[in-house]
Amino acid sequence: MMRFILPLVVFLVLAAFLFKGLHLDPHEVPSPLIDKPAPAFTVPQLLDPKKTFSPQEMKGKVWLLNVWASWCVSCREEHPVLVALSEQKIVPIYGLDYKDKREDAAAVLRNGGDPYTVTAFDADGRVGIDYGVYGVPETYVIDKKGVIRYKQIGPINSQNLRETLLPLVAKLEKE
Amino acid sequence: MMKWLAIVMLGLMPLFAHAGEAKDLAADPVLEKRMIGLAEKLRCLVCQNESLASSHAELAEDLRREVREQMAQGKNDQEIIDYLVARYGDFVLYEPPMKSYTLLLWFGPFALLLIGVGVLLYQLRKRRRTLPETQLSDEAQKRAAALLNDDKEIR
Repeated sequence: MMRFILPLVVFLVLAAFLFKGLHLDPHEVPSPLIDKPAPAFTVPQLLDPKKTFSPQEMKGKVWLLNVWASWCVSCREEHPVLVALSEQKIVPIYGLDYKDKREDAAAVLRNGGDPYTVTAFDADGRVGIDYGVYGVPETYVIDKKGVIRYKQIGPINSQNLRETLLPLVAKLEKE
Repeated sequence: MMKWLAIVMLGLMPLFAHAGEAKDLAADPVLEKRMIGLAEKLRCLVCQNESLASSHAELAEDLRREVREQMAQGKNDQEIIDYLVARYGDFVLYEPPMKSYTLLLWFGPFALLLIGVGVLLYQLRKRRRTLPETQLSDEAQKRAAALLNDDKEIR
């Protein structure tokens, strides 16, 4: 009897691990910045280089910081979702245009709509490094105290918006 | 006249054809060597299976620049590693640190080895028990010897 049970148990354990592995994305590296204050920065705005943006101005608000770029293909996929979200006025979306050309990024916002209250312009990617950005698009949910509560790696879509981001925003609004 | 002008212009071409690579190396070879040494221990987050030293991803280039600048500012290797881990997590380290959740990673293979040795010993002992030593009678011994020595009889 043992001759059959033991291989079966080994098989089932292995199958369970492999099945779990199917649903893990090795590109999703957990961020050490969760529950840490959002790193401070001050950079020029994309559409008005004379003005600056800095996250310290956002104290007291729940907001999203969406890192994007005109050269990023998944960002195009995400863009209409963000435009629709901004029209609902549930949560302000701030953009961080990462390692981009000003005119290219401005053209994206002109043609596809501008979901961002303000877009900060990170020309050399230094703000990106401080936020641990390694693949755009990435979105940070930041609470009223300026603490990063969640990081969405990869594009926002209607599913993760409905299941994760919006419930979290609603919860943080009450804090 | 035009021909000579063309020849002169062609002759001048190499002046404008400089290869724009490895200029960082020239800046400070000692620092560059130190940077590469450290970057080999760090993982590029974009390609994941390449070190920061060998990756051509743009992020890797930016991070090498960052490491280079921090070294130039006089930071030691550990401070730079801490800086990167604070932003990207332990994942940037090729050698995972020993922590409670990495114990299985560090000692799992040895545990598997021990289990394997245990199973092997158990099986060997069981086999010795199931195969009792057989004693041949004198007659059987002689027959066996005859068979082994005389291959004609085997046929």
